[in-house]
Amino acid sequence: MTPAASTATAQELRWRCAQPALSIAARHAAALFAVDPVGTGGAVIRGLPGPSRDGWLRHLAQLLPEGTPMRRVPLHINDERLLGGLDLAATLQAGRPVAQQGVLTLADGGIVLLAMAERLPPSTAARVAAVLDTQEVALERDGLATRHATRFGVVALDEGLADDEHVAPALLDRLAFSVDLHPVLVDAAGGPEDDLALEDDLFSLAGWSAADIASARALLPQVEAAAETVQALVSTAVALGVVSLRAPLLALRVARASAALDGRLRVSDDDAALAAALVLAPRATQVPTAPSEPEPNDDTDQPQSPEPEAQSEPPPEDTSEPPPPDDQDESADEPEAEPSVADLEDRVLDAARAAIPAGLLAALMSGCDRRASAQVSGRAGAVQQGRKRGRPSGARRGEPRSGARLNVIETLRAAAPWQKIRHAEAERLRPIHAKPGARALVQVRRDDFHVTRYKQRSATTTLFVVDASGSSALNRLAEAKGAVELLLADCYVRRDQVAVLAFRGRGAELLLPPTRSLVRAKRSLAGLPGGGGTPLASGIDAAAALAASIKRRGETPIVVLLTDGRGNIARDGSPGRVRAAEDVLLAARQFREAGLRALLIDTSPQPQPSSRQLADQMGASYLPLPHAGSAALSQAVSLAARAASGPTAVAR
Amino acid sequence: MSEQFPFSAIVGQDEMKLAILIAAVDPSVGGVLVFGDRGTGKSTAVRALAAMLPKMRAVIGCRYHCDPQGSAPVCEECRAFKLAGTPVKSHLIPVPVVDLPLGATEDRVVGALDLERALSQGVKAFEPGLLARANRGFLYIDEVNLLEDHLVDLLIDVAASGENVVEREGLSVRHPARFVLVGSGNPEEGELRPQLLDRFGLSVEVKTPTDLASRVEVVRRRDQFERDPDGFTEKWKKDDERVRRSIVKGKAHLADVTVPDAALERAAQLCMALGTDGLRGELTLIRAARSLAALQGAKSVGDEHLKRVAPPALRHRLRRNPLDDAGSGVRVDRAVAELFGA
Repeated sequence: MTPAASTATAQELRWRCAQPALSIAARHAAALFAVDPVGTGGAVIRGLPGPSRDGWLRHLAQLLPEGTPMRRVPLHINDERLLGGLDLAATLQAGRPVAQQGVLTLADGGIVLLAMAERLPPSTAARVAAVLDTQEVALERDGLATRHATRFGVVALDEGLADDEHVAPALLDRLAFSVDLHPVLVDAAGGPEDDLALEDDLFSLAGWSAADIASARALLPQVEAAAETVQALVSTAVALGVVSLRAPLLALRVARASAALDGRLRVSDDDAALAAALVLAPRATQVPTAPSEPEPNDDTDQPQSPEPEAQSEPPPEDTSEPPPPDDQDESADEPEAEPSVADLEDRVLDAARAAIPAGLLAALMSGCDRRASAQVSGRAGAVQQGRKRGRPSGARRGEPRSGARLNVIETLRAAAPWQKIRHAEAERLRPIHAKPGARALVQVRRDDFHVTRYKQRSATTTLFVVDASGSSALNRLAEAKGAVELLLADCYVRRDQVAVLAFRGRGAELLLPPTRSLVRAKRSLAGLPGGGGTPLASGIDAAAALAASIKRRGETPIVVLLTDGRGNIARDGSPGRVRAAEDVLLAARQFREAGLRALLIDTSPQPQPSSRQLADQMGASYLPLPHAGSAALSQAVSLAARAASGPTAVAR
Repeated sequence: MSEQFPFSAIVGQDEMKLAILIAAVDPSVGGVLVFGDRGTGKSTAVRALAAMLPKMRAVIGCRYHCDPQGSAPVCEECRAFKLAGTPVKSHLIPVPVVDLPLGATEDRVVGALDLERALSQGVKAFEPGLLARANRGFLYIDEVNLLEDHLVDLLIDVAASGENVVEREGLSVRHPARFVLVGSGNPEEGELRPQLLDRFGLSVEVKTPTDLASRVEVVRRRDQFERDPDGFTEKWKKDDERVRRSIVKGKAHLADVTVPDAALERAAQLCMALGTDGLRGELTLIRAARSLAALQGAKSVGDEHLKRVAPPALRHRLRRNPLDDAGSGVRVDRAVAELFGA
């Protein structure tokens, strides 16, 4: 494959120019990673498959010593392939246990590529993380107990587009680099980076050669870092709101690699600044305050204009990469004048601040970091095991009863070691006059049976909490009913469940327990009476209780509360606005404490500030729908309910 | 991994270190659960523990390293020896700290047919698993909340009974499996099932240190260790030795520590104030306080011991109180402050 062939057609050239160039940061990351794959842990490559990702990987492969193993880990890899296990065929043939090594062991000294890392199950991520930590694969499987030392770097290919798709935090925490390869068009250039990039051949991607990397590797163990460097990196991490201490530690190693790559034995301020920009900036959870500096104000003003949630979209060039201060210093070629610790800290922080991705910066500014929310909410809880449907996830001992499916391979595997014993027993027990030779080839007994376990993303149950009190009933109840019915149809298609709670008079009532039945739901809704006081607190209480029980069943509840936000009946059923308001506040806080996803739909003719406040107290999303019909309501709910997951989780 | 980060070089995290030491002095406290932020040295602390533990005496050749003396249950072979009055030879071995790696299969956890011998010689022999190896020691599960459900059930059962029973096709083995269950994890990865939570005597919440000086120190020490593991270990040898001695002394001293009625009353009052379920909380509280007293060389359990161990002993036993925004640790602290008059 010679993509850089000198005889390129005009069309090819145009195509090339439309291709994203690898940014300086991406190349830097590749080179520094190649210098110390184990120490830096690895890189998360964000971007869809395409020339720029292939380019980066090829670049990395060129930098690594020849023959470095690169092992690709498919998404749904099983433990046997990942960690190793018993080689059944070879074991039976050889008559002794034969182990087969897993991908993580085979990748020793090289790179592990995680495909579609954003969808990597937390369990797989945790296994990889454990091996990264201990630098050995501890295998306790299939009668084998072995330990294999293995040291590798990880490249996680993150193709996540949506806000809730991210590489497992356990893994993110351990990988130093985060390279964003979402297309940045060359002709949209303007930043100094792209000018530089254009000077290079777009496809050779050179800058450093394998030889540079090799000499840097030799140098690395002797590279020293001053105490001030450590201090600067740690304080920068604090300023950026990076909690984990792995981050500054990784940054320190990257700074060392940078010095080694430059042929120096001492980490310079530039190295520290670079490390902060590459490692710490992408992890920022807050924008550092910069005293007496006008520059960050410019930063803050600009990114607010693009929509804050457009994190994955290519950021406008001028805001994305302000000229890194370290570059300026380099070009100025100032002699190093013994900078104080504070100076160094400022510098490292500046470098990091300048490198915060624009999309992230905007998200941080708007106070809604989707990334953080996705991390907090954790998808682990939403997966249920042991069902009879879904994706196979291993096997366990048990009989194929009540729909469980026999796992033939695992059953044979369990039977394999016993064959010799069983044949001997069968021989001994065989009646003397029975004909010999009628013995079964493989003797499988009941004890061997293994059934497949399945993992399934749990069902979502949408819980409608409908204010059926007098004030609401008049104008909104019919629409709410209609919307619930429409949503129900929608949920039915998605195989989600629906439940309906209504509150009016003195308390709340469960009209419809969680169900998939359209008919039942319609019937119960048709009979929903309206009128009476508004026991809002009781409604919220009941919703929280039901949602908790849904959660316990392993399903994911989403609460949709339709109300005009003004309770007038206290928890104990007594009337009075003051008591009622107090109770509502308490109930809302409890609700929030339970960490449930929720959406509050303000059904009053005029959107109420009190409703918005209530939504905040509950940790719910707020949606005013003053004059909407059933169809609009249903649409809004299904959109918002899905989006509701983020902000709720942030609150916790 | 050849070298372990020295226990005493772990910056801060006093509660976690204390909980581990308490369990080391008195294993009957029950397990230790360490839950919290990433990169706080949870697994480092547990793995470093192995080097801190004084050696124990075990029967030579026994696969469950049974205690030659004492009244603790022993395996069938050792019991036969004991009944027959045959003298057994014993030796000093390190206390096992066994890692239960993610992806471990059930047969390796409980033990199974010895593959090698079954295949090559056609002999039905039992190959002990991790539970056997952990007998009289520690069983460590990192990412305990990611453990497969059927393994969790199994562990709950064994941790409660102290005995592992394997029944399969005439392979009938029961052996003692008394171990201190140590689990660590990150709550963001998923909650722990209440039944398993209850098995842990002490529960510790770890947070990344927030002050700059400690943070810098953590990174600096980690870095020093990675650059020169031998030199670093050597540097901390004395401190580690001091910790080891305190464990040895604490173990020896434990039986002599008295628990005055006043302390028992205090513990009961505290549990009642917090509304903890069952008696397990009180029991753990008293045991942990006694172990702490032994560790500190005190003669009897006093308020200061109870105060110190109340949060780890009780925080995971509180009923979730939605009226209270505060975390369970804060609630314990508050109850302690009220009861003991701050």
